[in-house]
Amino acid sequence: MIPHFFFLGCSGKSTVKQWICLLITAAIMTSAASARDARTVMAELMQAERAEQAGLIEELSTYGDTIIADIYEAWRTGGIYLLEQDTGSQLLQFTDAQEWALVHNGAVITLSEAEAAAAKKQRPARALRKQMKRIIDTLGLKADNTALRIDSAIKLGRSQKAEFIPALEARLKVETDKQVLSALQEALAISRLANGEDAQVVEAVQTLKALNSVAARAFLEELMQAEGDNEHADNSLSDACAEALISIERHMKQQEFFGSFFRGFSTGSVLLIVSFGLAITFGLMGVINMAHGEFVAIGGYVTFLVQNFFIQTWGLSSSAFGWYFIVALPVSFIVAAVIGLIMEVSIIRFLYRRPLESLLCTWGISMVMQQGFRLIFGAANVQVNNPTWLMGNLSFAGFQMSYTRLLIILIALVVVALTWLLLRQTNLGLHIRAVMQNRHMASSLGVPVARVNRMTFALGCGLAALGGAVLSQIGNVGPSMGQAYIVDSFMVVVTGSVGNLLGAGLSAMGIGLVDQLLQPSLGPVMGKITVFVVIILFLQWRPGGLFPTLSRSLDD
Amino acid sequence: MKFSTEMKKEMGILCLVTGLLMLIPLFNAVGPESGPLSVSAFQVSLWGKYLTYAVLAMSLNLLWGYTGLLCLCQSLFFALGGYAMGMYLMLMIGERGAYKSVLPDFMVFLGYQKLPLHWEPFYNFAFTVGAVLWVPGLLAFVFGFLAFRSRIKGVYFSILTQALTYAACLMFFRNDFTFGGNNGFTDFKDILGCNINSDATIRGLFIATTALMVCTYLITSGLLASKLGKVQQAIRDSENRVLFSGYSTTSFKLMIFVLSAMIAGAAGALYVPQVGGINPSAMEAAKSLEVVVWVAVGGRGTKWGPVIGAILVNFIKSYTTHAFPDYWLIIMGGMFVCVVLFMPDGIVGVYKQAKSYFARQRSLETTAA
Repeated sequence: MIPHFFFLGCSGKSTVKQWICLLITAAIMTSAASARDARTVMAELMQAERAEQAGLIEELSTYGDTIIADIYEAWRTGGIYLLEQDTGSQLLQFTDAQEWALVHNGAVITLSEAEAAAAKKQRPARALRKQMKRIIDTLGLKADNTALRIDSAIKLGRSQKAEFIPALEARLKVETDKQVLSALQEALAISRLANGEDAQVVEAVQTLKALNSVAARAFLEELMQAEGDNEHADNSLSDACAEALISIERHMKQQEFFGSFFRGFSTGSVLLIVSFGLAITFGLMGVINMAHGEFVAIGGYVTFLVQNFFIQTWGLSSSAFGWYFIVALPVSFIVAAVIGLIMEVSIIRFLYRRPLESLLCTWGISMVMQQGFRLIFGAANVQVNNPTWLMGNLSFAGFQMSYTRLLIILIALVVVALTWLLLRQTNLGLHIRAVMQNRHMASSLGVPVARVNRMTFALGCGLAALGGAVLSQIGNVGPSMGQAYIVDSFMVVVTGSVGNLLGAGLSAMGIGLVDQLLQPSLGPVMGKITVFVVIILFLQWRPGGLFPTLSRSLDD
Repeated sequence: MKFSTEMKKEMGILCLVTGLLMLIPLFNAVGPESGPLSVSAFQVSLWGKYLTYAVLAMSLNLLWGYTGLLCLCQSLFFALGGYAMGMYLMLMIGERGAYKSVLPDFMVFLGYQKLPLHWEPFYNFAFTVGAVLWVPGLLAFVFGFLAFRSRIKGVYFSILTQALTYAACLMFFRNDFTFGGNNGFTDFKDILGCNINSDATIRGLFIATTALMVCTYLITSGLLASKLGKVQQAIRDSENRVLFSGYSTTSFKLMIFVLSAMIAGAAGALYVPQVGGINPSAMEAAKSLEVVVWVAVGGRGTKWGPVIGAILVNFIKSYTTHAFPDYWLIIMGGMFVCVVLFMPDGIVGVYKQAKSYFARQRSLETTAA
């Protein structure tokens, strides 16, 4: 059996052929005889008589395997050879890797020099080429991958060639996936704009309007132009076109708005995690931690290190790799919290009475840390890969939300919930709030102020690192990654009232949203500046921020 | 009587310092070509640069040291003054630029057809000198009015001024802001008809910088001696008490803020011709904090502290960026942490610190005995 399997003779006699097919099916252990391999059919086609070609082409047109395109391309460009031997002839493909492969199953074999010299080049006949081209062009429509099917449908539609319409229609009947279905409809309609009868064109315009097809805009405009030039044209068509264009445009605007809204929401979420840490340290201790941004960077770098650890231990393509991000979150929190703790004990605790000096001192620390990152990890950004399960989009009402950004929003919600629980439901939280309200009174009532300070500072640093870990999934990880967020976080703390987490949350979301909503129209720089001006004006109206703490004590 | 002897002592020191500084251009002009007493034109402009930094530090000291406002946009005012002077110098290049056009090179490069309207008046040197003062002053007035009116103080004021610097820096980095984008201004040729690279001009600029420093010193000490200066220092020590005594602290703070911005602008205007260019990185937020470092290292709230700090830190910076380029930031950051922790009054305060330490030791000994 084995030799027969390898030396597949395709002498053109149908009985032999069927016998061999049976053998192959047995060898590959596929269940049904109908599921013939695309390679087999290609191999048969190359050897088939002219009369048999039609049937084989027909059969081939039901396959969606891209290998057909590869083999045909080799065939067309002279990469297929026939080696006739006493034991039977075999078809060979000379691959790009400079190897000989059997056409019917792709197995790589070695030929002796004599055999290689004896192999004869094969070329498809002219009539066959035309038919094959049609098959290859519509191959993508039958691919297993839905994304490929969608791509292919759009490409065929955009070409506006009448010859693809039957293939599109055929696929439309058997397609089950919703997204592919709408892509097929879109492609058909675009194609019909150029090829259909008048009634069909109007119908196509209406379909495109209903589908809100962005791809069709250029074609609709073209059609309108043509109708405008044509004096005998009826207005109904150009009216329909104009209507469809307006509708599509409106849809696009909506999409863009929701897109910015969603991005703003997720940017706000990162800002929220980062500025929660800042709000806690600042509100509680009156210490401005200028090194807060560097703790964000610590989060990013810890994620990078955890990722590298996973790659080294389990490899990039293993399923374990996908879990690295989940592991990196708590690890980065703990690492940054420990570093923060050390910083508090060694430096910050001497500066509680001098808030302005603490600002300067932490800035000095931030410079040292930044340069430290550069020396350890290099000045360039490091590569943090998204785990595969975070790639892709969730499609909701026609607009796409990436899983990464959804996860960020989710993490922000969890952080908010946990921080709230910590502050409201634990002993430490009670102490933190007491110290926040009146440090001296709390101290005299037996609250261990020094310990509370340490824990709070560590918590704040940990939250910053958590923000950095999250940020590594949507932004760059580099020595100065924290700098971009630090100014924004300060703004959040100031507008949201110091030490008020609800205020910080609201203003983080607000600043994130306004920033992203303004960016499309004003550009990133003017957007940022506008936000800044708005904050200054807002502080004129509410000097203490959103929710100022009411107190009778003077701060001097 | 005591007051006037102190005044005399102070003036004596000022004259001594001015005299010593004047030796630099003097040796450059008539000194030997080589040997320890020779001073090259490069060194004159280097010291001129240090002196503009010293004036910048003095302007911050006026705010931070004597009024208690830690302003993090001093480098912005400095750069605005510099940009105003830079505009004049760019226009003075005339048709000698790379593109042989009346327009500055970057405008030709960006496809401008004619000079933007707000550039026109900068052909006039007197207007430029005015703009060097009023542009930073106006910005300080508007921002200070809004900030002080809503009682923004302490660290909030610092944060907002930092954000202002950040926003302005982003703006100046844009090409379409008509200020040369991230390349800024460079390749100057003339100032007031004199070649900017000739030794005589460099000496003249140095002397002008020294004069500005002396002026700033006199303004500072005049202010401190006046009643206004007393209110100013009272605001630093306890703003609420001053407020309850019936003073409008807002207008006092605003006045000092505007004055300090103007001084910083003037320093920037002298910095640009001596360094030969300016770009938006001069107004980065980190630069403002660097100014704060100079003042803190020298000693805030002292008259000579900022000058000493600015020159010393920049001297160390020039050295370390050559010798250990990778470690400059670490050295500076470390220096900063140490100064804040161990020398709260800076270098000038070390003597006092040591004196009080020994006095305490002695009193401990006497009580023990």
